[in-house]
Amino acid sequence: MKLGKKLGLLSGLAAGVMLAATGIAQAADPLKVGFVYVGPVGDHGWTYEHNQGRLAVEKALGDKVKTSFVESVPEGADATRVITRLASTGHGLIFTTSFGYMNPTVRVAKRFPKVKFEHATGFKRADNVATYSARFYEGRHVIGLIAGKMTKTNVLGYVASFPIPEVIRGINAVAIAARSVNPKVTVKVVWVSSWFDPGKEADAAKALVDQGADVMLQHTDSPAPVQAAERRGIWAVGQASDMKAFGPKAHLTAIIDDWAPYYVERTKAVLDGTWKSGDVWGGFKSGMVKLSSYNSAIPADVVAMAEKARKGIIDGSVHPFAGPIKDQSGKVILKAGEVMDDKTMLGMNFYVEGVEGKIPQ
Amino acid sequence: MLLRLENRGEISRAMVYASPFIAVVLTLIAGVFLFAILGVNPVDAILSFFVTPISTLDGFAELFVKGTPLVLIGVGLSFGFQANVWNIGAEGQLTVGALAGGGLALLFFESESLFLLPAMVIAGTLGGMAWAAIPAFLKTRYNTNEILTSLMLVYVALLLLSYLIHGPWKDPEGQNFPESRLFPDAGILPVMIETTRMHAGWLFALAAVATGWILIARHIIGFQIRVTGMAPMAASFAGFKEKKIIWITLLMSGGAAGLAGMIEVSGPIQQIVPNISPGYGFTAIIVAFLGRLHPVGVLFAGLLMALTYLGGENAQIEMNLPNAVTGVFQGMLLFFLLAADVLIKYRVKFGGAKTSSTAAAGEAG
Repeated sequence: MKLGKKLGLLSGLAAGVMLAATGIAQAADPLKVGFVYVGPVGDHGWTYEHNQGRLAVEKALGDKVKTSFVESVPEGADATRVITRLASTGHGLIFTTSFGYMNPTVRVAKRFPKVKFEHATGFKRADNVATYSARFYEGRHVIGLIAGKMTKTNVLGYVASFPIPEVIRGINAVAIAARSVNPKVTVKVVWVSSWFDPGKEADAAKALVDQGADVMLQHTDSPAPVQAAERRGIWAVGQASDMKAFGPKAHLTAIIDDWAPYYVERTKAVLDGTWKSGDVWGGFKSGMVKLSSYNSAIPADVVAMAEKARKGIIDGSVHPFAGPIKDQSGKVILKAGEVMDDKTMLGMNFYVEGVEGKIPQ
Repeated sequence: MLLRLENRGEISRAMVYASPFIAVVLTLIAGVFLFAILGVNPVDAILSFFVTPISTLDGFAELFVKGTPLVLIGVGLSFGFQANVWNIGAEGQLTVGALAGGGLALLFFESESLFLLPAMVIAGTLGGMAWAAIPAFLKTRYNTNEILTSLMLVYVALLLLSYLIHGPWKDPEGQNFPESRLFPDAGILPVMIETTRMHAGWLFALAAVATGWILIARHIIGFQIRVTGMAPMAASFAGFKEKKIIWITLLMSGGAAGLAGMIEVSGPIQQIVPNISPGYGFTAIIVAFLGRLHPVGVLFAGLLMALTYLGGENAQIEMNLPNAVTGVFQGMLLFFLLAADVLIKYRVKFGGAKTSSTAAAGEAG
C-alpha cells in the first residue's frame, strides 16, 4: 500500500517534470534558419563566404537557432522547390544568396507570409522579403588606386563574369580610381560568361597578360586568375575570399565579402520580433566589405594612400563615383562636384573612359 | 586471367526488365553502407532521401514537376537510340524550344488570348525540331557524326539564349539584370493541383509515353526503327530508308526536347532566365537507358531520377548531408544497372580457356 502510494506519487512527479520539460523545450524551440547556396560551399569564394556567415550565426546565437543549407541549387525551376521546402519544414528565416533566386523567393514568400526571407543582390521586396547586398565597388575603388600605382605597363587586366550592372560597376570603379592616380591607365576586360570556370578564367588571364596587362583583377570566383598572375610574375587581386595561398607573390590584397555581422543581426531581429523588410547595401562602414592584408611588396606610400581612401569612404569624404565622370565617348555622365546616386549605380550599363572594348550584348 | 566474361548466347528477357529493379535494390543496399560510413543512421537517411520528400502533397507534386522534362526528353531520345541515332544535344533543342515558345509569350506579353498557350506549345516543339534538323541534315547529306554536331549545337543554343537575355529580351524594368520580363498569365501552364506547382506539362509527358508506346509496339515506323538499330543491313534489304529513319528519330527527339523546354519556362519558371535547364537534356540520356529505351520504362526511370534530386535536397536540409550524395546515388544506380546488364549478357567464368572452346561449340550448336 505504502509502496504503491509512493510509486504513484513518484510517477505523478515524473510526469509533472516531463510536462514542465516539454513546456520549456517548446518555449525555447530554436529558430530554424535556412540558406540556399548557388554553388558548393568549398574553401573560398561567394558561397563559402555566405556559409561563413551561417556558421557565425550558429556561433553567436548557439542553441537559440538551428541552421540548415542546400548547396548548388540551380537558378531555375529548382530554386522555388528548395525555398518552398525550407519554408514548409519550419524555417522561420531563409537567406537566398544569389540574384537568380529573386522571383522564386518572392513567389514562395507570398505563400508563406509568416516566414521571413532575405534575398541577396535583388531588387524585389515584400513585407516578408528583405534584400541586401554589399558595395563591393568601394573595395574596387581602393584596389583601383593600388593597381594604378603598381602597374608599369599601364594596362590592367579584368576577368569578368556576366555584363550585369554589379560587374560593370566594379570595372568602372577600378578604371576611375586607377586613372585618378595614373591617367595613362587603360582597363582591358575579358568576359568568361561564368561565375566559376577555372579553365576559362585561366585562359582569359593568360590572354590579358599577353596583351600587356601587369595587374590582374577579377570578378569571377575561382583562384585561376591569381594563379596565372603568379606564374607570369605579375600582380593580382583576390575575389570574395583571401586568395593569398594561390599566389603569395602576386596577391596584392583581396576584396572580402563578410556577411556574418548582417546575418547575425537579422537573425537576432527575428528572435526579438523586431525584423522588418528593407534594403541594406553595406560597404566598408558596416564591415560587409573588407580588404585582406596588403602584400608587403606594396610601397608604404601606396598603402597609406589606399588606407586614406578606405577611411575616406567610411567617413563619407571619398565617393568612388564622384564627378566629373565621362563615358567612353567622352560624354560627361556626371558633372564635377556631384556624386552618383544609388539608383544610377544599381542600373549601370555603360563603360567609363579608360575601359577598352564594348559591353557585350 | 582468373576472371573471364563469357557470352551467355541467349539473353533472358525477364532479366532485361528485372535489371533496373535489381539496380535500385543494390543502390539502396550500397546506400545503407554509404550512410553508415558517413556516420548517420542509415534508416533515417534512406527515409529522408526516398520517402519524406514525397510524403506531402507539395512534395508529391514536385516529383512530377521535376520528372516532366526528364520523361518527355527520355521518351524522345529512346527512339533514336534504338535506331543507333545518337542525339546527344537534347539540352540545346530544349533551350531553343524554350526560346521559341517563351519568345511568343514575351512578344505578346499583354495578351489574354486563349490561343497563346497552344501557339507556344507548337512553337516550342517546332523550335526543338528545327535545332535537331541541323544534325539530321548534316548526317544525311554529308554523313557527319550526329553525336558531335548535336552536342556542339548545345553550346550554340546556350550562347543564343545568353545573347537574347543580355540583349533584346532583357526585362526593361529589370535594372539591367539578365532576365526577361515575367510571362503573362495567358502564357503560363495551368496548375493541376491547387497550391502546388504541378502543372499541365505532365499531361504532355504522359501523352508522349502513350504515343511512344503505340509507335514502337504497333506502328510500322517503330518496327523500322528497331530493325534499323538491330540489323542495319537487313533493314536496307527490306527497303527501309535509313535517311528517313534518321530524320524521323532526330525530329521526334528534338520536338520532345523543345516541348520540354517550353514547358519549363511556361510552367515552373514563368520567364526566360539564363539557366533554363540544370542539364535535363543530358540526364534524360541516363533516363532513357535506365528505362530500357521503352516508353513505360522511361516514365518510371524519369520519376526515379527526379526523386534522387528531391531526396538529395531533403537530405541536405534534414540531415546536413552534402549535395554530392545525390550524384553518388545517381552514379551507383547507373553503375549497378550497367553491371547487371553485363551479367545478363555474359556469365563470369573462373579459370583457363578450356571452357571457352566448349562454350563456343555449344553456341555454334
